[in-house]
Amino acid sequence: MVDALLGSAVQLLTPEGERVEHPDFDITLTDAELRSLYRDMVLVRRLDAEATALQRQGEIGLWASSLGQEAAQVGSAHSLRSSDYAFPTYRDHGVSWCRGVQPMEILAMFRGITNGGWDPIARRCSLYTIVIGNQVLHAAGYAMGVQLDGADEAVIVYFGDGATDEGDVNEAFVLGADYQLPLVYFCENNQWAISSPRDRFNRAPLYQRAAGFGFPGVRVDGNDILAVMAVTRMALDRARSGGGPTLVEAFTYRMGAHTTSDDPTRYRHAEDLEIWRLRDPIERLKVYLARNGMADRSYFDQVDHEAADLAVLVRDGVRAMAAPAPETMFDHVYVDPTAELVAQRAGLIAYEESFAEGLTA
Amino acid sequence: MTSIREFALPDVGEGLTEAEILRWLVQPGDVVAVNDMIVEIETAKAAVELPSPFAGTIVELKVQPGDVVAVGTPIVGIETVAAAEAPSRQAVLVGYGVREESTPSRRRRGRRGTDVDETAAAPADEPAPAVAVSAAASEASPGVVKAKPPVRHLARELGVDLNRIIATGLHGEVTREDVRSAAGSGAPPAAPSRQAPRDERIAVHGVHRAMAEAMAHSARTAPQVTEWVDVEMTRANQAVARLREAWQGDGVRVTLLTLVATGLIRAVQAHPLTNAAWVDEGPALQMRGAVNMGIAADTPRGLLVPVVKDAGALSLRQLAGAIQGLVDDAREGRSTPADLTGGTVSVTNIGVFGIDGGTPLLPPGQSAILAMGRVVERPWVVEGVVVSRPVMQLTLTFDHRVMDGATGSKVLRAVADFLADPALELLVDSR
Repeated sequence: MVDALLGSAVQLLTPEGERVEHPDFDITLTDAELRSLYRDMVLVRRLDAEATALQRQGEIGLWASSLGQEAAQVGSAHSLRSSDYAFPTYRDHGVSWCRGVQPMEILAMFRGITNGGWDPIARRCSLYTIVIGNQVLHAAGYAMGVQLDGADEAVIVYFGDGATDEGDVNEAFVLGADYQLPLVYFCENNQWAISSPRDRFNRAPLYQRAAGFGFPGVRVDGNDILAVMAVTRMALDRARSGGGPTLVEAFTYRMGAHTTSDDPTRYRHAEDLEIWRLRDPIERLKVYLARNGMADRSYFDQVDHEAADLAVLVRDGVRAMAAPAPETMFDHVYVDPTAELVAQRAGLIAYEESFAEGLTA
Repeated sequence: MTSIREFALPDVGEGLTEAEILRWLVQPGDVVAVNDMIVEIETAKAAVELPSPFAGTIVELKVQPGDVVAVGTPIVGIETVAAAEAPSRQAVLVGYGVREESTPSRRRRGRRGTDVDETAAAPADEPAPAVAVSAAASEASPGVVKAKPPVRHLARELGVDLNRIIATGLHGEVTREDVRSAAGSGAPPAAPSRQAPRDERIAVHGVHRAMAEAMAHSARTAPQVTEWVDVEMTRANQAVARLREAWQGDGVRVTLLTLVATGLIRAVQAHPLTNAAWVDEGPALQMRGAVNMGIAADTPRGLLVPVVKDAGALSLRQLAGAIQGLVDDAREGRSTPADLTGGTVSVTNIGVFGIDGGTPLLPPGQSAILAMGRVVERPWVVEGVVVSRPVMQLTLTFDHRVMDGATGSKVLRAVADFLADPALELLVDSR
């Protein structure tokens, strides 16, 4: 079933780790680059697993798992130049990781102690957008600015299959086509819009929608990191050279729950997971690396150790995160605070301090 | 050096306040690593497993399967090796305040010099749940006493029970001065309250809520008629005994329920309206080819109705196996969503509760449900002589939009006739 759907998808590495040719797409990477792709995927998966556990232990309020989507996220983000700009969703931990966002910055947001988490300008990566599809419009607007500046820069925006039903996403498609924006629409089709399955709302393959808007669409095997990189690089090059936008549909699968508030066993069968487990993005690259002598046991062990260390770092770091002082909520409302907000801030501080009164009075 | 750490029930959803403990995956004495799964819980949204935040040895399970536990309640004690783990810290979740019982050291802070004494003797490293209880009890009636949070905090620090203070505030609220003077006058401190029976409102969720919604919908929408009949069960009992004997050792569990289900399937096949559903649009009748038989089961999680799919296509032996498998799954909590949906007609066995008969309500989307009462020896008249015979009452509730009284009566009579002499009915049918 999956293979039939993937029929039109670009693939360079089979689920069994065999390198195959494609008439239109190819990629050449050094052994070191391939190893670093593997390492990033393993570390992102470990971060995801630890964050899921921390939510179950009450340390963070919510977590959206990226399990199974590592190749789509890490592969596309690795295709970016440092000057390019990314707009991720709340599930794109592999993207933010590759943009240099620190795990603690991501987890601080899910712990509810920051309104953002990181400096989006410094990271060239916007904050996670929780509203479905909203960031696609942001990206279109940002890309219009890039175009007006004549900057040598491409923009990539991430969204899920469910988001393609949103007006925001379709409006952003129209803008991208009309203005020939330097923009890559990267759709991670993970088959599930919370509990609604793909075929409930995608009557036609998603990548084909691009044709109706007037730009190319490509479906890529989203669990094949080589194909994801080859296709995303092509789309980014088109964007930078004035060729206009491209829709990339990375065909993948959400192996975990929608978020930690969701219980997917209520609406999907375990056998679907078994099918996709055989298509795991990390395993296929590992097999490819091992079979071709690009990495050996000691390298894989070393990455596993790194992942275990990362888990401890994340766990201890999150537990040690202190809640900010309540009055900091006023800090980023305006550059120059209004008199009303100054008064509210002073009132809040006085109220907080009144808890300590009495015993000392 | 070791210390005992507590793991408090987290909010695993977004803003959930409580969860039910389904089962423990560990027992006292078990050694666990960080993130080993230790307990399965069910919230209004999902059944999930919780991973241990600590490495160590389980020393105490503080709550039992079936308990509905408030978020923040300690559920397990784990003995850890000191310094192996970062200090425990309760999350401050979005929408929640800091929990009072976060760590023992915090709990003791500020209690110096006060007259709250129940923890004074507690060993330094041991949590003192009694304090948490008394603090909660003094706060348990916040609707009665008006006081601002800082004043409540002060009262707690001074060990003053807000309920026993005369409020002098402008709007009838307890003021900081009220608390101080009460503390100074030696007013009685907050006493740990006895667990007296009290009025309370309990949230309904999970299986219970699903049942409530389904039954209310059924009662509102379908005009339901109930008929009943007594059946003499001598031959049916014999048939069950014979089948058990014949299939002994095959692991097939034949019960009276198997036979009743068989009788109902035959009646449904003879009267297809029994298997139909009323459709408001039209209006129309949705006729259904397959007989998907729901079997009401009393499980630890509440009433579940697993469905035997296409029961009419099964042999008696297959039917027995299917019922057995589905009911076992339901009781073990293994039912899949598919197991619990798609029923077209149902059977419920209230006899197992020692009940003679009753008027079941239709599951939504179904037009008939048959209830079987207990089998009990009753006076029965045979050829003018009163004798003692095993008798069971059968009750059929049906949707009067779908079937008229004559049809419903024929269906119930057909089941009764089958049970009165199953062998004869099967022979007659095999003509």
